[in-house]
Formats: sequence, structure tokens, C-alpha cells
Amino acid sequence: MMLTTKVRRKAVPAGFAAGALALALTGCAGAGGGGGGTEEGGTVELTLATVNNPQMKDMEELKSAFEEDHPDIKVNFIQMEENDLRDAVTKDVATNGGQYDIVTVGSYEVPIWAENGWLADLTQDLESDAEYDVDDLFEPVRDALTLDDSLYAVPFYGESSMLMYNKELFDEAGLTMPDRPTWQQVADYARQLDSDTVDGICLRGKPGWGEVFAPLTTVVQTFGGTWFDESWDAQVDSPEFTEAVQFYVDLVKDAGEADPVSTGFTECLNNVSQGRSAMWVDATVAAGLLEDPESSDVAGKMGYAHAPVVETEESGWLWSWNLAVPETTQNREAAVEFVKWATSKEYHELVGNELGWSRVPPGARNSTYEIGEYQEAAAAFAPITRDIMLAVNPEQPGVAPQPWTGIQYVTIPEFQDLGNQVSQDLADVFAGRSELGPVLERAQRLAQEAGDAQK
Amino acid sequence: MTTSRLRGSLVTAVTWVLVLAFFFPVAWMVFTAFKPESQAATMPPTFAPDFTLDRFETVFSRNMLPYLINSLSASLGSTLLVLALAVPAAYALSIRPIVNVRDALFFFISTRFMPVAASIIPVYLLLQSVGGLDNVTWLTILYIGVNLPIAVWMMRSFLAEVPRELIEAAQLDGARLGTEIFRVVLPIVLPGVAAAGLICFIFAWNEFFLANLLTAQVARTTPPFLTSFVDGRGQFLSVLSAASTVAIVPVVAAGWIAQKQLVRGLAMGAIK
Repeated sequence: MMLTTKVRRKAVPAGFAAGALALALTGCAGAGGGGGGTEEGGTVELTLATVNNPQMKDMEELKSAFEEDHPDIKVNFIQMEENDLRDAVTKDVATNGGQYDIVTVGSYEVPIWAENGWLADLTQDLESDAEYDVDDLFEPVRDALTLDDSLYAVPFYGESSMLMYNKELFDEAGLTMPDRPTWQQVADYARQLDSDTVDGICLRGKPGWGEVFAPLTTVVQTFGGTWFDESWDAQVDSPEFTEAVQFYVDLVKDAGEADPVSTGFTECLNNVSQGRSAMWVDATVAAGLLEDPESSDVAGKMGYAHAPVVETEESGWLWSWNLAVPETTQNREAAVEFVKWATSKEYHELVGNELGWSRVPPGARNSTYEIGEYQEAAAAFAPITRDIMLAVNPEQPGVAPQPWTGIQYVTIPEFQDLGNQVSQDLADVFAGRSELGPVLERAQRLAQEAGDAQK
Repeated sequence: MTTSRLRGSLVTAVTWVLVLAFFFPVAWMVFTAFKPESQAATMPPTFAPDFTLDRFETVFSRNMLPYLINSLSASLGSTLLVLALAVPAAYALSIRPIVNVRDALFFFISTRFMPVAASIIPVYLLLQSVGGLDNVTWLTILYIGVNLPIAVWMMRSFLAEVPRELIEAAQLDGARLGTEIFRVVLPIVLPGVAAAGLICFIFAWNEFFLANLLTAQVARTTPPFLTSFVDGRGQFLSVLSAASTVAIVPVVAAGWIAQKQLVRGLAMGAIK
């Protein structure tokens, strides 16, 4: 009897309520904003998938200016972590999903996706608009986004890499950094400056083709090495490649951060901005963050030099986050309109006036560097950033010619996997669990498989 | 006597160490959420930072509510439907066993053998063909499929503990199947239902892989939203901690509510 009473109170209503509530809760598409590609009352809603970098957040903040000028277009932003974005957008464009009208694509993917027919050719749209001034976009960046003379994406912001150093620590040690140092000089300085409280240098060691292999590939290239020769034969076990990687590993072990395997851009940024690393070779965009007194203890104390070299004139990388329009969009015209607005001179002026001149997206347009207010706000790093970005050569960054366009990556689909696998093995070398020789032997085999696929 | 007291103290100490080891990362995350970004990753860590609510302001300025609602819809909806299906299914696999119980049980669990990554492309294409992408209802249906085997197995083990004499007594009193399930058995295994429900809810709430790949805007849930705070070119630890702190509140609340039932559920053997 007791049981029956209990049941009446609890179990039966719970059973019915469960089903009813579940159906009620799920009987809708979702709580988010309107979906991309839908039209409501004549308004086109665009869905833009992007990484969550500061420049992209600024774009979202300012999109209302575009929407005011274009009352028939609404832009919804979806921000994702870099790798999640790659997964989500690759899957969407590869299967004609059509979930996104505008996507942020890295310069590595643009030529590959363009070749697959996934991205709309924007050449006509951009060249026919004189006001847009497509020739003002940095040429090396534009080259990296061009396939068969067609432009498939436009840079929203671009970066190279350079050497950033703590002038205070250098002064204390009586050292002077040349404007164009060599890797040997940098290594010597790092070993001299390294102490119990300060690391001589911070270099990425985190596994990932876009992590450790971004700076490391530039080191390999300036040491005279390359991933592949002109015939797509792998060169990973060549003496130059081996020497470069050994140099990098030794430098990090001797004078670098304590835990290289978990150190990427953000970790080095933390170390350097707290005065715990004397030098850092990484993205030029870091300078803006190091010079921000709100988040950095070393603002005003940093010096900037070209990325260290050995056998080449320059050793900076080239990367840009670009806006592209997938072929699958139902709103091509509106999407192109937004892409043009977000990469225009007018937008750069808007960012400067509304959010501050130091927040203007760098590395995309020549004209940005001619704006007086920008020159003043970014005086510490803008001139050198521009010099490096115009000087690097993505057609041949190393000593020997290469069959792809790109500096810190190989523009083939297989490179992501190749770079990831080799960098995982390299993590064992950093941790002292493996020797470099066998790691590069395996890497050579993997690279040859990737190279053979291109022949 | 002394040895057993010592052993007792040792067990208590080890338990506390384990509890703190599990709780510390969560506590540190909540603590970090109140730090300015520049003090979030200092070495040595800052224990007396300039406390600020700015990061929470950033999180809510990104309009987190729709993502929380989507997560709640998919998690609660799938959990309730899973339980509604799992209880009768488990009943037919334990108390009134069908033929080939072992095969049926194996079939249920075999659906979990293949990694979800291996099936994502067919699932994606199927959803695309029925217009089910970026849709919470379809996400809920997928979560039901993913969690049902676990719930069936859990419920089966709970139901197997119900004394047969009790059911026989009810049958002798003239109880029919419905009465037998809902009025006799279910109240006894209610703690088990709570345990299975909470596990399904947590799994669905935390699910990232499917949510990231099958939703874009309308149906996006909280886990993929959280990773959007990871900034490839900046500091993000505080804001990510703040967003994660907000995101764990519903799960903590669900755990709190189910706590009493859950403890009984995890110690179901006691009903013998």
C-alpha cells in the first residue's frame, strides 16, 4: 500500500512529464539567431564563420556600421577556435553544406580550397570596383591567395614573423641587438641572458603544423633546408634540415622556456609580457600586444628586429587570415559586399576612429601604413612589420627553388597531417624521450609519401 | 584497534587528497575567471589578483543565453526521452526477459563500439539530406541514440536488483504490466533512474564533437561556444574560465538536485 501511494506521487507523473517536456523542449530549431542564407522580410542574413582573434572581434563590434549602410543585410558571426573552424568549414564546403556565407580562411588553405572549387572567384568583383583598390593589398599576401591569376580571398589581416627582445635586459647585460641578426648571434645572446629567473629566448615547441613548425620551418629554410625539392622529393633527412632542427632544439633546451612542448604563441606572449623571456621570434602582430600597458609589463621596453637569418636575406613567415565566399552560399552578392567593406580602406579608417588606431588590422593594405595616426600609434613596430612583409618571398623563401607558394608551410593538403605527426615526434625529442635522427628518418618517409602524391 | 584506526585515518586522508585533486582544477578555473587577463597566467601564480567581473561582462556581451538554451533543450530533452525509452527496454531485458537477451544487450552496446568520428560524414550527409543541420531537434535525436545504450545497460543492472518476490506479490494482487512497472518497480529504482539521467544529462551537456560539426548558428550549443573564446593571437585564459564557470552552473545544479537520489543510486545494492 505504501508503495502505491509513493508511486502516484512520483513515478507516473514523472513518466508522462518526461515525454511531454522533452518534446516541447526540442520542438524547435534552436535558440540562436536566424540561420544564414535565409531571407526574412527581404533581409538577407549572412553567416560568417571566423577565428576569435582580436581583429575579428573588432569587426563584429563594428558590423552595425555596415548594417546601417545596408539595411537589407544582417551579418551573424560565429567565432570558433582555429582548429575547430578548420574542421567545421572544411566539412561544410566539402559537402556543399552551405551553412556559411563568408568564411575566414588561412593563407595555407586558400589555394588548396580554390583548386577544389570550394571558393568563389572574387577577381571581377574586386577589380571592377576602383574605390576598393585591390592593388593596395600587400603583394606577397595577395600572391599567396591567388591561383591561376584569380583571387579567391582577401586579407583581413596579415602578419610576418620577427625577433622581439627586451631592451632593458639587453642594456643590463651590455648587449646590442643588430637590426638584422643571425641565428648564431641570437643563440649566443640567449645563452648569455638565460638565468634562473629569465629565459634567454621563447620559441614555440607545442606540437602542430601551425605551432612549432611555423617558426621551425623558417629556421630550416634559412639554414638552407626545405621540406621538398623541386621534384617533390622529400628533403627532411638532409644535413641542412637536420642541422636546423638540432640547432632549434638545442637552443630551446639550453636557453629557452622550461616546458617547450606546451608552449605556443599565447604562452610565449605571457612569458615575454611578464619579463620572463629576453627574446621571442614569432608573429609580428605580437608587438601590438606587448606594447599594450594594460596587459603587458614590458610596454615601451621592447625592441624589434628582422627574424634571424643564416643563409637567406629574410626569414620572416607570411600568414594572413582572409575572408572568402564559399561557392555554396545562396547570398553571394551580399557576402561579397560585406567582404569588400571589411577589407576596405574605409573600414581601416572606421576602426581607427572608433576603436583606436593601434587596433587597425595590420599587414593587409599598404595605405594603412601611410595613415599618420596609425604611424604614430604603432611607431614601435609598424615600419619594421611593413618592411618585412614586403621583403619576404613566398615563392622561394629558402635557398633553393620550391614547387609551391608559401613560407612556413607546404601548400598541399597532406601537410597538415605530415606537420602534425612530425611535430608530435619532435615533442619526444624536446622531452628527451627520443633522438632526433630516428625522428627525422620517419619524417622523411612520411614526407616522401606526401611528396609522391604530388608527382 | 590502533591499526584499524590508523587505516581509517589513512583512507580518510587519501579520500581528501583525491577530492582536492579533482576539485582543485575547477576551483582554480572559477578563481581565474575573476582575474584580469594579464594576471591569469603569471608565474608564480597570483593568489591576490585585482578581482574583476569584466570577463563575465565580456561573456554575456557575447550573448551566451541562446547557447545555454540550446544546450539545455538538447540535454534535458534527450535525457528525458532516453529515460522514457530505457526503462521499458531495460524491463524487457531483466525483469520480463525477451528471447535472446544477451544478443539484444550486445546489440545495444555495440552501437557504441565505433568512434563517433568514423560515422560523422554519413551522419552529416543524412542530416543534410533531411534538412537536419543546425537544428536542435535533430541534435537531440542524435544524443538519444548516443546515450540510450548506456541508459539501458545502467537501468538493466538496477532493475536486476529489484527483489522478484516483490513483483510476484504485486502480480498476486492482480497488478497488470503497467501497474507493475510504474507503481511497483519504478519507485524502487528511482535512485537508479536519477543516476542514469544525470549521467545522460552530463554527457549531452558536455558533448562537443557533434555539436561543433552539425550546428552553425541557430542550434549551436555551449561547448563549441566556449572554445570560441580561445584566441590564437592573444590572452584568453580569464575570459575562457569565466565562460566555463557559467557553463558548468546547470550541471552543478543538476548534480545538486539529484545528489540524494544519486548516492542511493550508486549504492543500489542496499535495496536487497
